[in-house]
Amino acid sequence: MARQFTPKVVTANALLEGDVVYLTADNSWSRHHHEAELIEDEAHAQLRLLKGESQKQTVVGVYLADAKAGPNGPEPTHFREAFRTRGPSNYLHGKQEYSNV
Amino acid sequence: MYKYADFDEVFVRARAAQFRGQVERRINGSLTEDEFRPLRLMNGLYLQLHAYMLRVAIPYGTLSADQMRQLAMIADRWDKGYGHFTTRQNIQYNWPKLPDVPDMIDALADVQMHAIQTSGNTIRNVTADHFAGAAADEIEDPRPVAELIRQWSTDHPEFQFLPRKFKIAITGSPNDRAVTRAHDIGLRMVRGGSGAIGFEVIVGGGLGRTPMVGQVIRPFLKKEDLLPYLEAIVSVYNLMGRRDNKYKARIKITVFENGIEAFRAAVEERFKAVRAEFSGVDQEMLKGIEAQFAPPAFRIAPEDGYTAARKADPVFRAWADTNLSAHRAPGYAIVTVSLKAHGDTPGDATSSQMRLLADLADRYGHGELRISHEQNVILPHVHKSDLPMLHAALKGNGLATANVGLVSDIIACPGMDYCALATARSIPVAQEIATHFQSIGLEQAIGQLKIKISGCINACGHHHVGHIGILGLDRAGVENYQITLGGDHTEKATIGDKVGPGFAYDQVVPAIERLLRAYLAVRLDQSETFIEAFRRLGPAPFKVALYPEEAARDAA
Repeated sequence: MARQFTPKVVTANALLEGDVVYLTADNSWSRHHHEAELIEDEAHAQLRLLKGESQKQTVVGVYLADAKAGPNGPEPTHFREAFRTRGPSNYLHGKQEYSNV
Repeated sequence: MYKYADFDEVFVRARAAQFRGQVERRINGSLTEDEFRPLRLMNGLYLQLHAYMLRVAIPYGTLSADQMRQLAMIADRWDKGYGHFTTRQNIQYNWPKLPDVPDMIDALADVQMHAIQTSGNTIRNVTADHFAGAAADEIEDPRPVAELIRQWSTDHPEFQFLPRKFKIAITGSPNDRAVTRAHDIGLRMVRGGSGAIGFEVIVGGGLGRTPMVGQVIRPFLKKEDLLPYLEAIVSVYNLMGRRDNKYKARIKITVFENGIEAFRAAVEERFKAVRAEFSGVDQEMLKGIEAQFAPPAFRIAPEDGYTAARKADPVFRAWADTNLSAHRAPGYAIVTVSLKAHGDTPGDATSSQMRLLADLADRYGHGELRISHEQNVILPHVHKSDLPMLHAALKGNGLATANVGLVSDIIACPGMDYCALATARSIPVAQEIATHFQSIGLEQAIGQLKIKISGCINACGHHHVGHIGILGLDRAGVENYQITLGGDHTEKATIGDKVGPGFAYDQVVPAIERLLRAYLAVRLDQSETFIEAFRRLGPAPFKVALYPEEAARDAA
């Protein structure tokens, strides 16, 4: 039996800065995971992935990452994706540099 | 130190200009990412978890004070004010922005540095003993030969698309500080029967998912045969190496699958043809390079200040006892400056630390610095009478940690805090081990110990050859750490063995503490190090310490 589809977000890195970005429902790229479109249907996920991949001048390395619904929007389910929403644990660099001020 | 010839200068500037054009074309859409990726990798630019990363080669680990100052300038101007020194004697900038990278490359070229072949399936930065040119136990400074290999391998037309990456390490000392047996090719200088200097050539070593200790392919190779012999090895590997499976493409697998005898026979056959093509020009060039590595003018001076400071200042004495090594010139010492302050990130230096090290190298160290594969900075030539002043200056900028070779002098790869390949974090594990053993006051009692941590199976953190190796993995979506014991990175290279199941992130420090308390309980006396006790007793007592519940169950 095929594995049940788990919800996803489309994520990538911004071409110029390399910062982590997420595809939103209105086709823009957000720097915040909770603003991503949470995709609950497998066929729709493939379409959204193609949509992300087509923006070759904006982003690099587009892929689908597991996520779940949370009170403020989608949340990561795997620790790797959780780190990508924040930045490294040894310095307050990356996204946490801006969100903590 | 080697100064670029006109040829080097023109080549490096041309590559910088090419890369500037490539970045422009990527940004304006003329190049796709698929087209651009191999080009950026040829220039050391990776895309990591949170940002780009620029890996800059520090050939054979040698830096001038001016180069170190420029690395600091680059860190301030285009990054976040620090750099990360790696186990392959590179420096990595973790936060460059793509449009700035051409300027960074130009700034590197201004001080005769580059990022060429720090990635890709090419011959990478040639690494060397970090005490080269200074060590008391050295047969000869291996860096002129390393520079010759750099020139030969850079942009070598036959070796730009090897089956996989290719790493060469070289040492001029019988005590191997360059981990030569864990490289694709390891070179150890030896004296032949007539007293002539040559090389023991080791091939097929490597860590990663299939760790292997290299085997001797030639016990003695004449110095003048080195480049043709290297060319023969890489050329045979280029044809014989597997391209069907990335995980079986390294030369260690080629040697393993074909057997060292068959591989050696193919190399010797190829060597006959290649040798004839070398007219001796390489040896003339080597003579020119050797002249540039002439030792500095060591001064003859009394060591009184050093002896007095040792008596008067216990902090200085503790630092001198751990961080100094024997120099070949009378009155001199090799200083290892620890980049492992307890709780800091192993191998990271701030721009102000880099500038201080550069200034101190100028003032007390003949303008020379080295980067070790153990992620520390070396001042190779310091007169002992200058050590008290040097130590005082280092103290002012968090650089006087007296822990070289101890439990907190840990190798750690960037792990999942930065690396896109990582399966778990390594930096915070290193930080917590260091601060824990400092707080319980056991660091000095435990003595000499090598802990090495990798955040994935690729083993950039050399965990296989750590006395204690720690490997971070992703087990069903949770960080999990495997511990290996008994590894050795020296001329007695040994791959450590896994002793049991892995540990959860928060169980690693308690496990290491149980392990080291067991060592303290079983060692013969203070002089028996952890690795010596392990070799004498085998894994049994350490396994019991790591897995006490299992041991209790077995006993019941």
